[in-house]
Amino acid sequence: MSGQSTLLEIRDLHVGIDGNEILRGIDLKMGPGEIHAIMGRNGSGKTTTANVIMGHPDFDVEKGDVILEGESLLELEAWERARKGVFLSFQYPQAVPGLQVGNFLRKSVASIRGEDEAKGSVFREELTSAMESLDIPRSFMSRYVNDGFSGGEKKRFEILQLMLLKPRLAVLDETDSGLDIDGIRTVSEGVNAAIRGTDSAALIITHYSRILEHVQPDMVHVLLDGRIVASGGPELATKLEERGYEWLKEE
Amino acid sequence: MAEGGVIRVSGDSEAREAVGEYKAGWHDPENSTIRFDFGLSEEVVRQISELKEEPEWMTDIRVKAFKHFSERPMPTWGNMSMLEEIDFENICYYLKSSDSTERDWEDVPEDIRNTFERLGIPEAEQKWLSGVTAQYESEAVYHSIREDLEKQGVIFLDMDSGLKEYPEIVKKWFCSVVPYSDNKFSALNTAVWSGGSFIYVPEGVHVEMPVQAYFRINAKNMGQFERTLIIADKGSSIHYVEGCTAPSYSTDSLHSAVVELVALPGSHIRYSTIQNWSSNVYNLVTKRGIAHEDAKIEWVDGNIGSKLTMKYPAVILKGEGSHAEVISVAYSGEGQHQDAGAKIHHLASNTTSKILSKSISKNGGRGTYRGMVTVSPKADNCKLNVVCDALILDEGSRSDTYPTMEVANPSARCEHEASVSKVSDDQLFYLMSRGHSEEESLAMIVNGFFEPFTRELPMEYAVELNQLMALEMEGSIG
Repeated sequence: MSGQSTLLEIRDLHVGIDGNEILRGIDLKMGPGEIHAIMGRNGSGKTTTANVIMGHPDFDVEKGDVILEGESLLELEAWERARKGVFLSFQYPQAVPGLQVGNFLRKSVASIRGEDEAKGSVFREELTSAMESLDIPRSFMSRYVNDGFSGGEKKRFEILQLMLLKPRLAVLDETDSGLDIDGIRTVSEGVNAAIRGTDSAALIITHYSRILEHVQPDMVHVLLDGRIVASGGPELATKLEERGYEWLKEE
Repeated sequence: MAEGGVIRVSGDSEAREAVGEYKAGWHDPENSTIRFDFGLSEEVVRQISELKEEPEWMTDIRVKAFKHFSERPMPTWGNMSMLEEIDFENICYYLKSSDSTERDWEDVPEDIRNTFERLGIPEAEQKWLSGVTAQYESEAVYHSIREDLEKQGVIFLDMDSGLKEYPEIVKKWFCSVVPYSDNKFSALNTAVWSGGSFIYVPEGVHVEMPVQAYFRINAKNMGQFERTLIIADKGSSIHYVEGCTAPSYSTDSLHSAVVELVALPGSHIRYSTIQNWSSNVYNLVTKRGIAHEDAKIEWVDGNIGSKLTMKYPAVILKGEGSHAEVISVAYSGEGQHQDAGAKIHHLASNTTSKILSKSISKNGGRGTYRGMVTVSPKADNCKLNVVCDALILDEGSRSDTYPTMEVANPSARCEHEASVSKVSDDQLFYLMSRGHSEEESLAMIVNGFFEPFTRELPMEYAVELNQLMALEMEGSIG
């Protein structure tokens, strides 16, 4: 399923914050329908990669490019990238007290997919079925965005947004952290439903390989000190789980 | 006749179109039938009363109030330097822009009608209003009340008509809640008041839908001194809604209203306000209610515009088992100071009160919460709860909190919480990653912060407030 076209290309990406270089030249290519994983220890640059793709203003891109469907994203603000089809499932989703979930979802769908998609019964049906598949109760709609949510609720809410916003590229930052096994399974099913069989792509950023048992990646990349030091098939994740990250440092 | 007291028929005033920042800042050319020259004297006060053909007792109160106003010094709190800038000699104290109070929309002069149509009143009325009284400059020009209300015996008039048609009721309650000697501005209002609403709800009558009034200042240097009196008889209930917008002018305007609420035993009054004065208006308002046994008074108070607002809706819990709530929001932008809060006095046992105050300051704006809750020695088992939250949007803005509690009865249960927060970059980034521009994201955060207030409003007011805040957030970034 690979090869013919490129959805996302990261080219020799160097990124710093407050003068410290965090990413030291990353290259990555993903085609439509592909799921890739980036694995690495804490501090290896995983979350920075996710934030830079989405356009967090705190990071300085010193060199290189991030290209979505032939167009560089670097000059675009986060909301413009979102409208071009980039989505980030946050490791730590932010609470917005007073902003109701239902209202927020409708507004987000309207701004990304267009006003027409957020109206009427079609949207409501889509919303209801996505909520059912993620075991999210109806009462969720009148709560405030991430306000007082448990860790698991926050992650399920991120995936609910993924399913409704239908991005071209979904970046999932540590979506499995803080979830129990059932939670990982539910969330993984959501990711599969949103990506598999579509021409969208997902980049799963994770510390552990557990989520990858449920969302089979086409490629696994290992990030170490701001560089991708190894790439391979799903078996690479298994190897990391067994042997840790140390052996890569030696190679 | 004093020098300033000339009655002038005019239509000649220059109407400088104020363009720009303030969205509701359009205005019609002044088309006044009668206007007084600037400045205030006992003669002017007597003339206003005479022109309105008022009973002598009202003239007397006006004159006494004027004397008190002249002698009373400025408040020594709030924002003294802004208060000192008020030039009382440069304010016109009475202006009548239409000869009579209209009840049929079609009879209202066209330019005035245009103003109200832009405010959407007739449409709103069709949908759900149970009555409309709209104050244009000093005189209510439009007033309607739906038949079912009239059948229930509810009186809903502008204050001038109320005085003419129901002098005994007005005499009994006028100044009974807010004496003219209460403060300098209640004295000023009592001396020169004009317009406002007069409402009487008979025993046991529940007014199901909110009644509303719009107030606008539309003349340069025009002071607006409306006076509102609402009496809810035993076991009755009413929700009164007041929305204010004003055009933008280069000289300062003064709005100094007095609102008196009387909640007789077992009744319920809710008074909701959204004021959006343009940023040159002084908004110095005295609002107070008395709650008798088992009665409930709620003030829902939103202060968005103005140069300086000093407003502390108050409730005197006089009867046992009565309840008070004050929910307020204040937004202060560049050059603005919102000094707002609440006052509640627990005079009787088993009374409860709740204050929720939320303020936002931006672009150097200043928000102050000033509150006072007292419990008298004889009032047993009172419960009071005060929450004030401030959200500061940038470095130069300011928020202060002055909560005062004087509790003279040890059985009282008091709760107080205060918080100050800032909008974080991570919060903005999260919302922006969902396709919302920085301004839209900020408006979502701000409207969320105001949500505990907004949800208390009738829907179209809530929508209007959200839109106003979204407009205020435009261009606020960077």
